[in-house]
Amino acid sequence: MAQIFHRSTNTLSKLSIFGAVFFLAGLGGIASLVIRSGFYTQIYVAREQPIPFSHKHHAGGLGIDCRYCHTSVETSSFAGIPPTKTCMSCHAQIWADSPTLEPVRASFRSDKSIEWNRVHKVADFVYFDHSIHITKGVGCATCHGRIDQMPLTRKQNTLLMEWCIGCHQHPEENLRPRSEIFNMAYEQPSASAPVVHRGESYTRQAALGAVLMEEYKVQSLTACATCHR
Amino acid sequence: MRTAATFARSFAALALGAAALLLAGCTQDMATQPRYNPLRASDFFGDRRSARPLVPGTVPRGELRSDAKLYTGMSNGLLIDSPPFPITRADLARGQERFNINCAPCHDRTGYGNGLVAQRGFRHPPSYHIQRLIDAPLGHFYDVMTRGFGAMQDMSDRVTPEDRWRIAAYIRALQYSQHANVSDVPAGERNKLNRLPAAASVPAGHVAVPPASQAPQKESK
Repeated sequence: MAQIFHRSTNTLSKLSIFGAVFFLAGLGGIASLVIRSGFYTQIYVAREQPIPFSHKHHAGGLGIDCRYCHTSVETSSFAGIPPTKTCMSCHAQIWADSPTLEPVRASFRSDKSIEWNRVHKVADFVYFDHSIHITKGVGCATCHGRIDQMPLTRKQNTLLMEWCIGCHQHPEENLRPRSEIFNMAYEQPSASAPVVHRGESYTRQAALGAVLMEEYKVQSLTACATCHR
Repeated sequence: MRTAATFARSFAALALGAAALLLAGCTQDMATQPRYNPLRASDFFGDRRSARPLVPGTVPRGELRSDAKLYTGMSNGLLIDSPPFPITRADLARGQERFNINCAPCHDRTGYGNGLVAQRGFRHPPSYHIQRLIDAPLGHFYDVMTRGFGAMQDMSDRVTPEDRWRIAAYIRALQYSQHANVSDVPAGERNKLNRLPAAASVPAGHVAVPPASQAPQKESK
């Protein structure tokens, strides 16, 4: 029987087996880049909403506390999206004729919920609880960024598992005194701007973080079952 | 030859099967589970709400609300003037915090009714420091928070009854702060007053206490 393949294909076959390793590694590399890219995480992308609600105006400009609308953030896993009634507690009189706010008034008249589009979404197999993070000294801005400077709400962090784990391994790097949780402008202690906590002045986050870890009984929880229950 | 072809065919079939299995693993069944997260929209209910309203008459466990003083601020149809539970310093601090969150946008932090929302066009609320509200029973403030008053919506869905009483107590403290005399301060503490600079902890450009003439005295009805 005659040879089907020429001798030179021997080299080709060896090369392709050798090359397949790099090809597969390359595929994996590209996949990991895509997953971390803004295309996949939708980081910094303002989602379209039925009403162009501005946190910059309400939280930044008017100084309304986060908890005026997100009422359950301290006591529940879910921060809470305010009912239309909360919007109307001011907008019954302010901008009461604005066409932009017509969906709010329509919702109030018809008792139909405004259907906002979710910006921060974690998969259903992830258990997340707002209240415990707030109780343990994680500020709103630590995860959500300077939401008081966002005209339209966008995601500031990837919410990827590696991002969660980064903080869970070293919580002391992000803790702040409980009195500063809702302070959007809070900055970590530095030599030029020390943070005073319980009468002590701190110039380094490492020192403050260690004290807060102790005081708030914060543990580094990295077991799978912490979030995947 | 024949065995080689069979081998190639079965290998191809196996590879295809493996690829199909791998792809089948790519669905998001775990990430989007058949359950309702809080406030997730529902295609089942007509109003698209997964959060269902309570059946009328439902009493959640532990919320019988049989304590009329605590939940209505009234006793025998009259507003009560003392809190239904003792107010401690911690309660006052909590009241201050909740006041600054829920009330200060309109009433401002000193209670003169000059909050930013009022400055932007909402009807000015009355100052807490007018005689009518100084004379009002404590239950009045609780009642206004619970049922609303004039242009003000009720806050009953946002502030718990206990916190409403703490806020009411803090409003009393605010009123007292604007009408206290030096003689109200215990003699032993009075020298501390002299140590305080006039505008302690007030940012530059801000007035510590708004002059009475600037505060709106008109009442909203």
